[in-house]
Amino acid sequence: MNEPASPGPEAEFRAHLRQGRFMLQRSRSTGRHVFYPRLMIPGSGETDLDWVPASGNGRIYAITVNRAREGAWNIAIVELEEGVRLLSRIEGVETAPIGARVRARIAEIDGAPELVFDLAEGTAP
Amino acid sequence: MTHQLRGKAAVVGIGTAGTGEAPGWSAIELLGQASLNAIEDAGLKLSDIDGLFCATSMHAFPTLSAAEYLGLKPRFFDGTNVGGSSFEAHLLHAALALDAGLCDAALVCYGSNQRTAGGKLASMSEKQLHETPYRPRHPITAYALAASRHMHVFGTTREMLAEVAVSARAWANLNPAAFARGPLTVADVLASRMVSDPLTVADCCLVTDGGAACVLVRADRARDLRQKPAYLLGAAGAQWHRAIANMPDLTVTAASDSGPRAFAMAGITPGDVQLAMLYDAFTINTILFLEDLGFCPKGEGGRFVQGGTIAPGGKLAVNTSGGGLSCVHPGMYGLFLIIEAVTQLRGAAGARQLASCDIALCHGNGGTLSSQVSAVLGSAATL
Repeated sequence: MNEPASPGPEAEFRAHLRQGRFMLQRSRSTGRHVFYPRLMIPGSGETDLDWVPASGNGRIYAITVNRAREGAWNIAIVELEEGVRLLSRIEGVETAPIGARVRARIAEIDGAPELVFDLAEGTAP
Repeated sequence: MTHQLRGKAAVVGIGTAGTGEAPGWSAIELLGQASLNAIEDAGLKLSDIDGLFCATSMHAFPTLSAAEYLGLKPRFFDGTNVGGSSFEAHLLHAALALDAGLCDAALVCYGSNQRTAGGKLASMSEKQLHETPYRPRHPITAYALAASRHMHVFGTTREMLAEVAVSARAWANLNPAAFARGPLTVADVLASRMVSDPLTVADCCLVTDGGAACVLVRADRARDLRQKPAYLLGAAGAQWHRAIANMPDLTVTAASDSGPRAFAMAGITPGDVQLAMLYDAFTINTILFLEDLGFCPKGEGGRFVQGGTIAPGGKLAVNTSGGGLSCVHPGMYGLFLIIEAVTQLRGAAGARQLASCDIALCHGNGGTLSSQVSAVLGSAATL
């Protein structure tokens, strides 16, 4: 491998987030998206990855609410329109049904920009 | 055609130590005491051990720590750590090393004092970049997410999950060594404190101390030792993800891959299994593994366990020790599956002894449904 001239995919993803952009990698040849950021499409190995803006639209794939003395907070796996899944949380509600439409937003968590989701407009809670 | 490893190695000694609460004992001491007990059970000497297999949640270099403590200079060692399923993998690796003549007596061992050390899951696990910011509770959040998906897709209910805990407790009530004994009903489980929807504290495994160990030798030598050998008939592992968000389908575990390969090596089908020891870190595990290992169709696990199917007297004997839910769960439980399977194969399980037990499945789970390793043990009658 040559000396890396630019940051790795994880750092590039974080840099986009810091600038207010939610970007995903997509393979030119197959059109497949990948998350979390990688050097290749896992398994098949395509390295022809471009950064493209994420739609930000997805649906709740699985959800739980952690309950403790300090309160309750949900954790969800969201499946984006692009076909990739990620762990996040649904803001503004204790929980929501699996299948509910959600929309990504960049929020600050512990001083760093991270992805969170809101229920999409017109979605019954 | 029979696989060349089938029946070539056997578990000839088992031991445990400090299961439940072991105040004043360290993890390595529990590992050491269990090892001595297993070696004694086999009728061997510590100095006979020349193969060492272990993984813990507390030692970065587990074979180094265990070998130093026991004073072994193993000719072959393997510290593969795939969480709670490590020890089923160690059975396979030990059988390979024994068959290749790389060692002659293999010790598989584990110890943890996580209960008296603070009651939290000890973990050396690295921070997960794309999970940690959202404050998942490790590992229950991941299993709760899988349960939520299973309920959504297949109509599995909290009552069905609860039935798994109730069945495990009924077995534990027949096992004097089980840590959690006493009555438990579906209503009790439903009324327990919710930890991570839909899992209550009663849907979660115990947090105990404990050490466990087993000794394997080649089959020809096993016949001459004092205990009835438990032969390794087949084993296989599969791993599909690390973090739960990367699991391809939250309702299908890699047990659907490891199980069929282990059964093929053993030359059996799920219908031949008389005891299924399924790693029950949470109630959803048992349901997922019953499906993925072929004991019932996908999606039917919840309905399968209803009506006492896996409880004492039921159609399929599952987790007869009481399992991780009611017997013992010191962080990584996989070796305890083997202890119970060997005990049943020997016919030494007392009040919970199965009328007929010649083939037992030990199915280990590690991480967050991440690693799945299936191992089939059989009595001499199966050779």
